[in-house]
Amino acid sequence: MDISIQNLTKTYGFQKAVDNISFEVKTGEILGFLGPNGAGKTTTMKIITGYIDGDQGEVFIGGKAVKSGETKRHIGYLPEHNPLYTEMPVIDYLAFCASIQGMDKGLIPERIRYMVRVCGLDAEKHKKIGELSKGYRQRVGLAQAMIHDPEILILDEPTTGLDPNQIVEIRELIKNIGKEKTVILSTHILPEVEATCDRILIINKGKIVADGTAATLRKQAQGQQVLQVRIEDGSTNDIFEKLRALPSVAMVDILDQAANRFEVQSVQDAASNRDVFNLCVKNKWALTEMVPFETRLEDIFRDLTLN
Amino acid sequence: MHPTWVIAKRELAGYFDSLVAYILLIVFLGLTGLFTWLIGADVFLRKQADLQVFFEVAQLTLLLFIPAITMRQFAEEKRTGTIELLLTKNVTNRQVVLGKFLSCLLMVCIALLFTLPYYITVANLGNLDHGATLCGYLGLILMASAYISIGLFASTITNNQIVAFLLSLFIGLAFHFLFDAIGSGMTGWFGSFFKMLSISNHFDSISRGVIDSKDIFYFATIILLGLFLAEWNIGKRD
Repeated sequence: MDISIQNLTKTYGFQKAVDNISFEVKTGEILGFLGPNGAGKTTTMKIITGYIDGDQGEVFIGGKAVKSGETKRHIGYLPEHNPLYTEMPVIDYLAFCASIQGMDKGLIPERIRYMVRVCGLDAEKHKKIGELSKGYRQRVGLAQAMIHDPEILILDEPTTGLDPNQIVEIRELIKNIGKEKTVILSTHILPEVEATCDRILIINKGKIVADGTAATLRKQAQGQQVLQVRIEDGSTNDIFEKLRALPSVAMVDILDQAANRFEVQSVQDAASNRDVFNLCVKNKWALTEMVPFETRLEDIFRDLTLN
Repeated sequence: MHPTWVIAKRELAGYFDSLVAYILLIVFLGLTGLFTWLIGADVFLRKQADLQVFFEVAQLTLLLFIPAITMRQFAEEKRTGTIELLLTKNVTNRQVVLGKFLSCLLMVCIALLFTLPYYITVANLGNLDHGATLCGYLGLILMASAYISIGLFASTITNNQIVAFLLSLFIGLAFHFLFDAIGSGMTGWFGSFFKMLSISNHFDSISRGVIDSKDIFYFATIILLGLFLAEWNIGKRD
């Protein structure tokens, strides 16, 4: 089932939380929703789930407007602070969620057993939710979102409060689910987006500022290659001058004079690594280090959202 | 299972899982039992085989009892944020309101069910007017429904349970005493209008054994208005 968001706008007072955004998510795609605090991620997700209405624009799920109310049963939703009925035991709560979603009564016990196993809740299943630690509550939140096997999963920060092992498990789980379903997840953890998502959407101040895979975003942001090199057997100044003279090199920085380490920036859309190597061979210098410097997602994120 | 029923069942189970249901049942049965059988103008003092005292005490006890069960319904869900989870499930706002209404009404019906021994005992003591007594029970259920829908509405406008409790108690008191008092103190159409608004007047009319369509219409209006306002309130959210 596809999600299609068309010219969505939502205003709170004078502030535009979501400003005329449009995007689509296809079946089998996991979309990572990024943005600084207050960028409009949660608002957008709430509108997709039908909890609040946008002021302008429409959201369609599988061709049906969210406003019609017919899309709710296809959605599994984990809200921002993972609100749960703390006085209920885990099993009873999952049974309640399954039956309110209109699941066939005969299928519910089997489905609960499956979700309890997948989410690693076996030891805690008879406890009251209020007695669980944050990580286990988060698992209950994920279990309730997926209990009715929805076509669409909307997860607002699904891995907060989990320990590193659990994070890996939950990521795997989301990845597996994402093969057949449509998943939108928001997060602040950038490596998580790279590990889990097929596509990244960055929004800032209610507007989409980037949309693509991690690789395409890097390419867009970078354009030039940055190398860290260490060259021995030559004088620092000599090496510096000769590196600068290379046609593919735009800028050279001396990082460490004693160890002869340099940072070499290529000109736009070119790579300088072969030239640097050939230069060393020609001058009989020993090239002992050459590390291509990848633009980190963090830097892209900062570039796009700090202005 | 119908979503309304799923919600009603969960809420009802919630009352029994916490101590709320037991405390309220004990208080309700204790107060009504005490005044019906032991103190004041009880059955033995009046030497009348009827449940008049029970109905009077039950009215007042329900007036207090109902805000205590309706206060948490929406206020608590709003405070903890579970309302967002509930309303994004496959349910409509109306089903949620009706489910919660049903659970409170069932809670009251359970309390009333426990007073059946009063009825059986009095029926064995003398010549009980069965028709009037049944009408009395019907009146209590209608009155309770009206207070529940007022209480649910009060619970939708705040996320503080105490505020919801006080607000629904205040509206309940107005309907029970204030409107009647204002109506009695005035003449003309203004006075009769306030008399018409009073819940106790309509309850008295039913509990005398006369089921008038006016009274039924009155209770239906309050119930539907309260539920409609509650639904409307949870529908407008940002």
